Amino acid sequence: MAGFVLRRMLLVLPSLFGLLVVTFLLIRTIPADPAVALAGDNATPAQIAAIRESYGLDQPLPVQFLRYLRGVARLDFGESQYSGRPVALDIAQRLPATLELTFAALVIAIGLGIPLGVVAAMHHNRWPDFLLRIGSVAGIAVAAFWLAIMLQMLFAMKLGWLPLRGQLSAGLTPPAGPTGFLLTDCLLAGRFDLFLDAARHLVLPAVTLSLGGLATITRFTRAGVLDTLQKDFVTYERAVGFPRGRLIWVYVLRNSVVATVTQIGLLFGGLMAGAVVVESIYDWPGIGSYTVQAILTADSKVMLAVTLLIGLIYAAVNILTDVVHALIDPRLRESR
Amino acid sequence: MAVPVLAVEGLRLAIRGDEGEARILDHVSFSVAQGEILGIVGESGCGKSTLIRAILGILPRGARIGAGEIRFEGENLLAFSEAELDRTVRGSRISFIPQDPYLALNPLFTVGAQLLESMRRHLPGTPREHREQLTKILRRVQLPDAELALDRYPHQFSGGQRQRLLIAAALACRPKLVIADEPTTALDVTTQQQILVLLRELVDDMGLSMLFVTHDLGVVAELCDRVGVIYAGQSVENGPARHLLRAPMHPYTAALLACHPDRSDDFVGIPGSVPSPLRAPPGCRFAPRCAQAQPACTLRDPALRNAAPGHAVDCILYDAQDGGR
Repeated sequence: MAGFVLRRMLLVLPSLFGLLVVTFLLIRTIPADPAVALAGDNATPAQIAAIRESYGLDQPLPVQFLRYLRGVARLDFGESQYSGRPVALDIAQRLPATLELTFAALVIAIGLGIPLGVVAAMHHNRWPDFLLRIGSVAGIAVAAFWLAIMLQMLFAMKLGWLPLRGQLSAGLTPPAGPTGFLLTDCLLAGRFDLFLDAARHLVLPAVTLSLGGLATITRFTRAGVLDTLQKDFVTYERAVGFPRGRLIWVYVLRNSVVATVTQIGLLFGGLMAGAVVVESIYDWPGIGSYTVQAILTADSKVMLAVTLLIGLIYAAVNILTDVVHALIDPRLRESR
Repeated sequence: MAVPVLAVEGLRLAIRGDEGEARILDHVSFSVAQGEILGIVGESGCGKSTLIRAILGILPRGARIGAGEIRFEGENLLAFSEAELDRTVRGSRISFIPQDPYLALNPLFTVGAQLLESMRRHLPGTPREHREQLTKILRRVQLPDAELALDRYPHQFSGGQRQRLLIAAALACRPKLVIADEPTTALDVTTQQQILVLLRELVDDMGLSMLFVTHDLGVVAELCDRVGVIYAGQSVENGPARHLLRAPMHPYTAALLACHPDRSDDFVGIPGSVPSPLRAPPGCRFAPRCAQAQPACTLRDPALRNAAPGHAVDCILYDAQDGGR
């Protein structure tokens, strides 16, 4: 198994290098000149030239790229032109909030999506199935920003059940570390009041972010279960009196989730992209809102670092997907 | 006369689908006595698999039993609820050997996990005792490395070995009746032979009864005590294997036997083709292909009549002889 994981990791390296090259080039080719943006509205050409030189923007592209590579290797992405702090530090501070949000969304999507998919398949072409199919199409089709605003209006403003935005109520001080993950830190510090407040803040953004994934997972699980139910071994298992619950939730389900697991891997990319929107609307202090800020200020170092980070996470999730596949299916463990 | 282990009488079954109602079974009758192997013979599509599903109560959605009875040890199985069947019939008193050992085992679970599932449900004892019992049965069915088998996955066995696993599973809960659905069709000829010999031994040693469904008359000749022939969902002839294969009464049985390459020098077929259950002809369904058909054949209600001791046939040619079923 260890060799299997190692081989997967080596295969990912070329993709990551490609990502590095492509994003670097893309950002150099967009018309916005970072030196102009940095210098402000009233800068003289001389000031702009000075800034350009001090950031190394006057060097030929390959030189800039090599410098960039050297930095990346030492986890030095330079300083954000906007915050004036090292990009790596900004990311380290904001990443836990995004991971917490995406993880919560994923838990909702998987925890609800798989059972709903099974229920839909068990009631194939009857009303629970129709309802779930309509619901899942709607879930995929609805725009996250619209849903976010609707949820805010209903649950935060009208009913007042949940907070409108942010990660913690104003006036509360989050515990300092040790993990950077707010919920975990609250628990470790024994501050259950803070934990509850943070959890309440997490609900709306996580639900908004989970919806597309929930719909996709429901549909793929449904299709997988329907497919498995046609298999000879299910007939056999019914014929020899396997208990119905175990038959469906253990023997059939495990055979049905292979495609779903692949989808969950792919969804992760969608979740990161969705976080950009969701974090902006809910004022969530994560990577997503940070990225939006970077794009609006043409902060190329931040954009590069974030893109690389998302690529890295995506690659890691892909490896994880393969590992989960191998855990589900013993035949895959042997063939590689 | 003792109560037969299984008696199916006048079973009619239709499945409603997109194209209308398919009358899959139209008057199927037979019985399996204690310690006997009954072969059910018919071509593909004659309703054999549906018959098995009806007995086990695992019919597809849309299937409806229109008439008839399925009595197992004197009890009418059709009156059993799903839960009762699971608790007292399926996998315990009636066990099942499926057709294709390559597809019948769940690929993602160890053999032990799946085969012990049914024992855990139906037999007293600890998991450890179940394992020991099952290993003993695996040795009895001559599976190599029986001790290690339970922790391995289905794909690590050959087809013949998998069929032995499934046979062992069928015997594990000490059933009264084993239903075997063409258990040798997916295997090569030598393996097929070994499995047949094994099945005969097991039935004789353990005093089981077996319903053996097949399309292969050679297998029937070798294995079965009695035979029931089904054509397009109708029982056409039931009788002792020796007798029926040597002196078939029904024109369909005779034609089927004549098709066997061992029995004739040329390849002979039966003219025409098996009717679709959506558009089955009235009366005797074989009449349109039968060389001895009469106009009255299409008016006849299907009914098996005793034409010789222990030998019943459903054909207008024998209606004159009296007897009733």
